[in-house]
Amino acid sequence: MGLFDKFQKIKQSLETFSQYSDSFFNVVLDEIISSTEAIINGRHTILAGTNNYLGMPHRKECIEAACSAVREMGTGTTGSRMANGTYGIHVELERALSQFLNKKHTIVFTTGYSANLSVLSTLVGPKDIVLLDADCHASIYDGCRLGGVQVYRFKHNDVNDLEKRLKRLSKPDTNILIAVEGLYSMLGDRAPLREIVALKREFGAYLLVDEAHSLGVLGEKGRGLAEEAGVEEDVDFVIGTFSKSLGSVGGYCSSDLEEIELLRFASRPYVFTASSSPANIAAARKALEIIQREPELRERLWDNANLLYERLSKHPFKLGPSPSPIIPVRFSEIPRAFEAWNGLLENGVYVNMVLPPATPDGSALLRCSLSAAHTTDQVEKIAEAFESIKHLA
Amino acid sequence: MKPDQKILSTIIDILREHVSKDVPITADTDLEADLSIDSLKSMEILAAVEDAFDVSVPINVLSEVQTVKDLATQIEKLLKEQG
Repeated sequence: MGLFDKFQKIKQSLETFSQYSDSFFNVVLDEIISSTEAIINGRHTILAGTNNYLGMPHRKECIEAACSAVREMGTGTTGSRMANGTYGIHVELERALSQFLNKKHTIVFTTGYSANLSVLSTLVGPKDIVLLDADCHASIYDGCRLGGVQVYRFKHNDVNDLEKRLKRLSKPDTNILIAVEGLYSMLGDRAPLREIVALKREFGAYLLVDEAHSLGVLGEKGRGLAEEAGVEEDVDFVIGTFSKSLGSVGGYCSSDLEEIELLRFASRPYVFTASSSPANIAAARKALEIIQREPELRERLWDNANLLYERLSKHPFKLGPSPSPIIPVRFSEIPRAFEAWNGLLENGVYVNMVLPPATPDGSALLRCSLSAAHTTDQVEKIAEAFESIKHLA
Repeated sequence: MKPDQKILSTIIDILREHVSKDVPITADTDLEADLSIDSLKSMEILAAVEDAFDVSVPINVLSEVQTVKDLATQIEKLLKEQG
């Protein structure tokens, strides 16, 4: 068997998909006009699939903070957090996040993916148990796999299924960590966090919530689902990313448990990775300031999300369970999904095309994500583009 | 190792309920190659098997499961560990 033979299935899938679309795997944003517009294939296109929930990548203050950081500190740190890669701004951002999230400790990582990889590969090991929602992000699965912990999936958002597994697996000398997300990235639905917290308490488990898509999006202050659900004190580990609502690159883990600081010495993905560049940290720090002082951004985001959901609901599209800044439009047949995706692009709207096995139920889905930076006119145009492909629903 | 026959027959019954393909299912049936079970279907089947035996299967062991017999062996092992 040749080295690359195992990729034959992928090759076959790519060949099949290329029949439906020439550009699907080669979408290039040739010119970035703003947080919501780009030139794609020579066409002015509204971006409606970027996870850019609050428009931070193009905020003047964030750009200036990043530029100043580059001028003052250079383009990269050239080292790990454990060696020469911890600058004053990394520590300042950790303090700012701890203050914002009302947690005692925060560790900043180079990406959101590496936050989950670093924490889960180290925090839990072969003698422990992780119970994770089946729809959790790949970084949660990969972190668990790297650490060799025993992993059990429970059905997506199914509290009864979680309880059943807790009853079976709970033993006095076994640590159990429950891992869920605030907003799930594909269907845009929330975890039933209050019920999960009740189970966590009953069975003495730990709880990790990945707020990657909910930071700045949910909660009165934008702290995420745990804030919205009123259970922040019960969440032992909050994971998040800078690459969505904060418009930068990086990740974090916040906790009230002081032993979390030991991860800095024990976690290989943390120790053996170069730290985030000064520009990324400075941009994230500024964006964090902005989301605290401008709650109206969240209101605008939700207005846009509710408007698009309402417009799409008038057509026979199969949408996600509730309005959310992530709106999936599901297609049971992959060729129709491709036709719809191509149709939207021809109408000047870019959304994400998501195919199995990345989709939760085996269907293909067109995934829209809204932004506070979208104008009402742009949201209407996105809705009109969907209307033009409604016959494919 | 030969798996417990009762466990094996229960798993075969569950597979018959979930797989529409009209193929004979034996201990040596390959779950992916012979029954075309995709990741979604495998989760449904696994949940049914877990409920039938009141046991939870860690996803780590699934990479070791290729045939019906492999699954039965894993269930037998887990029943001893979790029982």
